[in-house]
Amino acid sequence: MDDVLIARSLFGTTMAFHIIFATIGVGLPLMILTAELLYQKTKNYEYVVMAKRWTKAFAVLLGVGIPTGTIAGVQLSLLWPGFMEVIGRVMPLPFQIEIYAFFVEALFMSIYVYAAERIKPWMRIVSLTLVALGALASAVLITNVHSFQGTPAGFRIENGEIVDVDPWAAFFNPGFGVTALHVALSAYVVGAFIVASVSAYKMLKNKYGSRLYKFHQRALMVSLVMGAIFSFLTAINGHESAQFLHEYQPEKLAAAEGLFETQSHAPLAIGGFTDKETQEVKGAIEIPWALSFLAGNSFETEVVGLNDFPEELWPPLYIHTLFNLMVGIGSLLIFISFSGLIWKKLLKKERFPKFYFLILILSGPLSLIAIEAGWIFACTGRQPWVIYRVLKTAEAATEANNLGVLSILFIIIYFILAVAVVSVLLYYFRKNTVMDDFKRAEEKGLLLYRTND
Amino acid sequence: MTDALLAITVLWGFVFIYAVMATMDFGAGFWSMIYLNRDRTQATNIANRYLSPTWEVTNTFIVALVVAIYSLFPKATYTLGTILLVPGSMILLLLALRSAFLVFSNIATEYRKPLTYISGISGIIIPGILISVLPITHGHYIDVVDGVANLNLQRLFTSPNEYAFIGFAICSTLFLSSLLLADYSKVSREMDAYKVYLRDARILGPITLAMAFLVMYTLKHEAAWLYSRMLQDLPLLLVSVTFFIMGGLGVFLPSFFEKGVRGMPRLSVITITIQYLIASYVYGKAHLPYIIYPDITIHAAFTDPNSFRAVFTTYIVGFAILFPGFIYFWSLFMKDKKYLRQAAEGKE
Ligand code: HDD
Ligand code: HEM
Ligand code: HEM
Repeated sequence: MDDVLIARSLFGTTMAFHIIFATIGVGLPLMILTAELLYQKTKNYEYVVMAKRWTKAFAVLLGVGIPTGTIAGVQLSLLWPGFMEVIGRVMPLPFQIEIYAFFVEALFMSIYVYAAERIKPWMRIVSLTLVALGALASAVLITNVHSFQGTPAGFRIENGEIVDVDPWAAFFNPGFGVTALHVALSAYVVGAFIVASVSAYKMLKNKYGSRLYKFHQRALMVSLVMGAIFSFLTAINGHESAQFLHEYQPEKLAAAEGLFETQSHAPLAIGGFTDKETQEVKGAIEIPWALSFLAGNSFETEVVGLNDFPEELWPPLYIHTLFNLMVGIGSLLIFISFSGLIWKKLLKKERFPKFYFLILILSGPLSLIAIEAGWIFACTGRQPWVIYRVLKTAEAATEANNLGVLSILFIIIYFILAVAVVSVLLYYFRKNTVMDDFKRAEEKGLLLYRTND
Repeated sequence: MTDALLAITVLWGFVFIYAVMATMDFGAGFWSMIYLNRDRTQATNIANRYLSPTWEVTNTFIVALVVAIYSLFPKATYTLGTILLVPGSMILLLLALRSAFLVFSNIATEYRKPLTYISGISGIIIPGILISVLPITHGHYIDVVDGVANLNLQRLFTSPNEYAFIGFAICSTLFLSSLLLADYSKVSREMDAYKVYLRDARILGPITLAMAFLVMYTLKHEAAWLYSRMLQDLPLLLVSVTFFIMGGLGVFLPSFFEKGVRGMPRLSVITITIQYLIASYVYGKAHLPYIIYPDITIHAAFTDPNSFRAVFTTYIVGFAILFPGFIYFWSLFMKDKKYLRQAAEGKE
């Protein structure tokens, strides 16, 4: 492997690992906040127990999310010094402001967890809100850098020099709004379905009608409502993201859909694999005219095909599969959450069928797969550019060697962390059962945050 | 003051704050490991009570530092990124192990021992590698081939100066953190733990001083330009040594303020911090205008003026917003006497 390829693989692996913890780190605080607010409304302490247990899980995940994020941030400079040189000159603001978001999250997370008993209930809510906002802001701001890579703004290149720098114009680059919204909404999807997965599993394990069953059912209903809202919004906004690509990065949309010839009334290809030789998507279901409609809200819309670009500027064609995976899972999640709510609230059925639980158990991991697919699609679909039509990835890479050995070391560390974090979570929740927390809530009058044992 | 000078001053401020916070942080982790088996003295609990709420905040500072470097001096980023690939990656790997297992050790109580050992040991190596960034910027371990700077690891790791820096960083970490924990346990009325940490500070203080002299001595041979520039500020260096000695008195003498108590740890923490401030000012001043000697200066590496203005504005706004948060945090975890004394007045 050449060095650029190793650098890309190493950075991609780091991001793919960080994103798991980061996304849950954005999504879960909103669930915790919802539980806390439900408690204030209903005074049913089961919601506090929920909030406490999710907070514990969140704290453990932070233990991996923060160091892997630190790795990601520093690796950007180590592996892509050419890229960060441009970012430092033109686009330093999101990184800078992100630091403040990290501080807000770190300060108030410690306050919420370690000072829970010493602060007033309203201050608990305020702290938690700030944690959730801090996490959201981190995600939005880092996404801003990503969107700058796709739609760079705020500078000009003259004779190879960067001139006319306007950092705020770079900050408010055209892609910022749509992209940031999509990342935020999809993170809340993940938060909801992770909870849904666990609750569904626990409901299967516990006897119908038992106290624990009811507790987990309560958690499940919260997560289904949140999941329905956010998966729906994600899809609407995802549609906007696709229209946005149509306008700003047409070759990415063309590769996502396996479209070679520029045409109006373009068909939408679902599934299958793009074949470069025959210039078609093999084994796909084609919906005539649909792509044109999706791209511009009209069948007349002309969608640009790959043949309009020189082949060395094509993104890899397998991103078609990644795009399908994300959209497919997104649609499935909407279906799962709405059908559960209809079953329970409209049809007023008492019990869910067993296979529904089995699907729900899969929904959390599926939502994470959608996140991974979406990001790899977005980053790989930008190739060969690291900053679209400004800087090539290969030109931005480090010129140091030793990358191979370092990659192996990083992968070993990620593996150790993955095994450890799962073991710690399993250990903690096995030792601290829901029943223990009920008892603590009853005895200590809700003072159950700092108890570790 | 030129903008570039203002920028490097801000950066230096960040480095200093991070250095102090990180020594406390990594040191506390190490002590909580060393005293793990001594249930009687509470020394481990004191270290943990300090560590649990603070490590996240400290970690954010290192990210802030990296971000400040590439947003203020983007043209230095290219060379720094290339030469620091290996040491930087080593720091990242250790930091990941350390942070994660620190959190795990507080959650999986039955496995506390092995988890604390992993985080304590990886944590104490980190300051040694972190400080290596300084000798690397002195320029003598960098080979430039075809215009690309590369770090010569062999030359770095056979240099006495590098080892003097490493030794100095680790001793300082242990010394400063034992002072701070002595103060923290005194406020918490944990007199057994207090005695333990005071004793550690007494042992480590002189060793740290000796290490500082060793750094200067080896510097003279390996980076004479820096050494002679530092000596131009000899009066300041002497003031700094005076503060160090005052700090030493605070550890050895009986307290002026309280009868029957040996040591004034608060005084020592303050004077030693001032001492580090002066010494690092002298070092930083001598290092200027070079970021990396002799090729990269602050003026050549400085960012676009528009970006600088924007970044500087966010510093001011961000600080104004965060400051009350820091105060609140401080009052909850460092000042709340009831919280600090909770263990002394019966277990939770
Ligand atoms: C739970 C996760 C999830 C779900 C269900 C969806 N997405 Fe998504 N999508 C993401 C998670 C995501 C992401 C991981 O967050 C991405 C990667 C980069 C980005 O900005 O967001 C993304 C990117 C992304 C992009 C590329 C943006 C770019 O390259 O700049 C498009 C066009 C869509 N999405 C479209 C959709 C559509 C039409 C969906 C219909 C249901 C959809 N997404 C569901
Ligand atoms: C968090 C989820 C993310 C994942 C899973 C991810 C994945 C990847 C992958 C697989 C690559 C290699 C691309 C290739 O060579 O084919 C890559 C490259 C890159 N990504 Fe992302 N990425 C993520 C988020 C981000 C964000 C938020 C940024 C913005 C700061 C970003 C910036 C980059 C850069 C600078 C590169 C290297 C240059 C390039 O290949 O274009 N990534 N990422
Ligand atoms: C879209 C993808 C990303 C999201 C949603 C995201 C979100 C987050 C969140 C919520 C945290 C707080 C810790 C946690 O809750 O787990 C975090 C930590 C961190 N992230 Fe990411 N991040 C993303 C990508 C990146 C990238 C590309 C970088 C590198 C530039 C990065 C750098 C960091 C750093 C440095 C931290 C640690 C902050 C600290 O020390 O407090 N993140 N991220």
